Amino acid sequence: MSKRIKVLKTYKIFIDGKFPRTESGRYYQLKKDNISIANVCLSSRKDLRNAVLSARNAFESWSNKSAYNRSQILYRIAEMMEGKKTQFIEELILQGEDSNKSILEIDQSIDRIIYFAGWPDKINPIFGSVNPVASSHFNFTILEPMGVVGIVAPEKISLLGLVSSIIPVILSGNTCVAIASEKLPLCAISLAEVISNSDVPNGVVNIITGSKDELAPHLAQHMDVNALGIKIDNKELKNKMFFQASNNLKRVVDVSKYKIEDSSFESPYIIKKFMEAKTTWHPIEKDFTSTNNY
Amino acid sequence: MSSKIKSLKYNGKWDFSPSIESLENLSIQKEYQLFINGKFQKPLAKKYFPSINPTNEQQLSSIAKAESDDVDLAVNSARAAFNGQWSEISAKERAKYIYRIARIIQEKSKELAIVETLDGGKPIRESRDIDIPLAAAHFFYYAGWADKLNYAFPNRTPKPLGVVGQIIPWNFPLMMAAWKIAPALATGNTVVLKPAESTSITALLLAEIIKEAELPPGVVNIITGDGSTGNLIVNHPDINKIAFTGSTDVGKSIMKSISGTNKRSTMELGGKAANIIFEDAPLDQAVEGIINGIYFNQGHVCCAGSRLFIQESVYELVLRKLKDRMQSLVVGNPLDKNTDIGAVNSKQQLATIHKYIDVGVKEGADIYQLNCELPNSGYWCPPTLFTNVSQSHSIAKEEIFGPVLAIQTFRTTQEVIDKANNTPYGLSAGVWTDKGSKAFNLAAKLKAGVIWANTYNKFDPTSPFGGYKESGHGREGGLHGLNPYLNLE
Amino acid sequence: MILDLKTKVDKLGIEDRVSRITKRSLKSEAKLQGLKMILSMIDLTTLEGMDTNRSVEQLCYKATHLHQEFPELPNVAAVCVYPNMVKTASNFLKDSEVKVASVATAFPSGNSSLEVKVQETKEAVINGAEEIDMVISRGKFHSGEYNYVFDEIAIIKENCGDKVRLKVILETGELGDYDHIRLASEIAIKAGADFIKTSTGKIKPAATLPITLVMLEAIKDHYYNTGKMVGMKPAGGISNSKLALQYLIMVKETLGNLWLDKHWFRFGASSLANDVLMQILKQKTGFYQSNNYFSKD
Repeated sequence: MSKRIKVLKTYKIFIDGKFPRTESGRYYQLKKDNISIANVCLSSRKDLRNAVLSARNAFESWSNKSAYNRSQILYRIAEMMEGKKTQFIEELILQGEDSNKSILEIDQSIDRIIYFAGWPDKINPIFGSVNPVASSHFNFTILEPMGVVGIVAPEKISLLGLVSSIIPVILSGNTCVAIASEKLPLCAISLAEVISNSDVPNGVVNIITGSKDELAPHLAQHMDVNALGIKIDNKELKNKMFFQASNNLKRVVDVSKYKIEDSSFESPYIIKKFMEAKTTWHPIEKDFTSTNNY
Repeated sequence: MSSKIKSLKYNGKWDFSPSIESLENLSIQKEYQLFINGKFQKPLAKKYFPSINPTNEQQLSSIAKAESDDVDLAVNSARAAFNGQWSEISAKERAKYIYRIARIIQEKSKELAIVETLDGGKPIRESRDIDIPLAAAHFFYYAGWADKLNYAFPNRTPKPLGVVGQIIPWNFPLMMAAWKIAPALATGNTVVLKPAESTSITALLLAEIIKEAELPPGVVNIITGDGSTGNLIVNHPDINKIAFTGSTDVGKSIMKSISGTNKRSTMELGGKAANIIFEDAPLDQAVEGIINGIYFNQGHVCCAGSRLFIQESVYELVLRKLKDRMQSLVVGNPLDKNTDIGAVNSKQQLATIHKYIDVGVKEGADIYQLNCELPNSGYWCPPTLFTNVSQSHSIAKEEIFGPVLAIQTFRTTQEVIDKANNTPYGLSAGVWTDKGSKAFNLAAKLKAGVIWANTYNKFDPTSPFGGYKESGHGREGGLHGLNPYLNLE
Repeated sequence: MILDLKTKVDKLGIEDRVSRITKRSLKSEAKLQGLKMILSMIDLTTLEGMDTNRSVEQLCYKATHLHQEFPELPNVAAVCVYPNMVKTASNFLKDSEVKVASVATAFPSGNSSLEVKVQETKEAVINGAEEIDMVISRGKFHSGEYNYVFDEIAIIKENCGDKVRLKVILETGELGDYDHIRLASEIAIKAGADFIKTSTGKIKPAATLPITLVMLEAIKDHYYNTGKMVGMKPAGGISNSKLALQYLIMVKETLGNLWLDKHWFRFGASSLANDVLMQILKQKTGFYQSNNYFSKD
């Protein structure tokens, strides 16, 4: 009996709910012990542009969904991920992680998604407010999602890092375009597969792989991106991004401040960073009490 | 408006054929036991009572009656679970159990909806589209709070109370169980719950779900029984908190029983809500709101809009629209997907409703009832309304808990505010006007825990629900719904 | 006459009511009865730039020969065509109960002079149109010139004469809020419309259940104020029986028995007829049908 030949996986990028190859046709190779383990798409700025377009189109209906609906979808991502645990563990090991740490990383990732799945309908009760203004008005402040968020995911701790970058952003109604870890990109695509199986509408999450140096600045300069969540170790690149983001006054969140591996990452404050406060006024009629004084 | 113009006719030309929900894959057990310490066990005194289908007065099942020893067993199990596993696992893992319950309810939603309809008499469309989904949503919502309590109360580290005793009514059996159990578990408490005597079955199906979700034994105990079982729970010395939804009278006697003890309490009691229609309201939609307010769930709703106030200038118009709309209401077999008004839950409740209808007529109000065919067996009441009601009529003061509406008129905003607030109750109210500033004014002035503006009978796990005055104290739902299950000192 | 936004319509309230209506379940006898009613209420429509005498005649044939196997099925109510096709249709249908309806008044945009619109109407009537489907001037409506809109309808109605019924198309997809639709309905009704109709079918959104409910409520209030009935026709976007049945249930629960009749309620549709036939056949035989067995005209 001849040995069974494995079917090798092609790693494509994830835009608008579909898995295209990069329009540039370029690739870079992941090697382990000098053996090629994957040809990864070296995405171009055009891919990025398409992704932002898709994210923008998806924003209105994603943010209009009820918080409950988004919670359920996020929980579904966790359910789907739990089912694919072995795939993730294998890929983490392939990329050089040790087996125990891989199991820990995937368990943490799933649990972290469940943690954040509980937040969408609880942010406003805690951080929104009814404001007791001095005039006769009903005045309330609610937090709303910003729009399209550009994400540069952490280089190391690739899976937990990507999950931690994406989930707090989309749970409030934002949509995103994420640049995955350059050296450890495999789990990013598997995560994309999980997301596309989870009732997440097309365009809410877009994930591309490639050269951070090449792609990140385009994200920073893009005038139709409202905010950035970035974890960049290279100081020069990071500063460049802050600089370019000022073009349209993007809100930039430097995720380096947060310890991703730690459970302290799990808090609503990272969610808030990607939301805007809107305050509304409406008059409250005051009526006259008539007195019958005939 | 000319009185010579004939009223429109809605029936007789094209009527709905029966569209009965199939009972094929359903099986209700002949006998149900108590759910204590993670197992179904027979009641120690081996007593049972029947559960009747109010549609045909047939017995659906025999339900175990928990007596003193059973209650002790349940409370002890809950205490052991609280002192042990339930407090030992992390909040994160606790959350996962509660998420499981939510998901399994969703998986079994059709079965639960049918049983709810058979046991309680409410239309299948309502159990299917409202009761069951809201029950699942409640568990899902509160699961999300379990590991986030530190954010809910500034400057406090919340702690659970311990063992909570919960007694729920028959009008939304599974939904009420969810409203009680979900926040209790999320906050780390353990539960002893008694469903209403006439609607135990879905609570027991929930027990099966809890078992399937592998909750540690003793975390949730469901013990069926009657008023005496409820009393045993209320008076049990090892219960830290009582949560009760039911009539104001029973609520008062519970408060008397626990006075002087350290027991915490939430009471969600009766109501006699004012539903107020202003002349500038979108009238056709307001009429739909009136119908929803009093005829939904056969009027067995504590927050029902049972007192209608119509601004005098649009009185005739609204009344005509209301009566026309009523003609399309279908009263009948709750298993029929087209039924709007199902069976009255029990013989006793029907007797109560009939009593009030008689009182209304005797006191001089004018009665109008939908002219419809009622089945021969079962407990039925057609949608009813009284006009020419005054503030002092009994039907305008006392809670009827049936599909009976008392209609009054008003001239000015101040007048209707005074009349609406002139009641010992204060659970809910409805306001219909196109003017936002007027709606907010009414919302500010009405003394009720839930105000519906341009809508009625809307419920959501994130929205706190509860009453003022004799409608109870404490809130269920939302962040506020955590408070009653926590020690914040 | 004061024409203004008097009657308020609450959007969420309308949608709640519609949601209750869509949950109604029609089975067996009631479903069959409903399907037959729908068939009798269809205005089979062809309004294409490339209509020819032949294509119009084919449509007329279909209108009078729906399905050989079930001769007891009712005919459609009418055939609806452009004014220059009225003579062809009228000749073909002269021995039939099926009515000839013509669009007019610079359909679908309505952007022509009043003289042109009147002329077009008169020609259609002379050529044999028994019903006229006109469009209102949406531009004038949005400019607040409600009296203009009113007068235009009244003039066209006058030019229809006594025997021809006028359907007034509001083009609800261009009107805005439900409040506007209510106002437009009231204007059309007061100006003399025999029917108020949702759409031309040329833009989206065409007819929807909530919009139709708003219009039915205007008709109902008018009935109770004056004793007079006005018909209603949703048009465009109703391509399957399930949806059509929901419309019919909505008519039943809002206006009652009197309007469940082709004289007072129509469906403006082209592919609906085949779907209704398939459903009728499924009700009679018990199994699902295929498109292949029904002629595609």
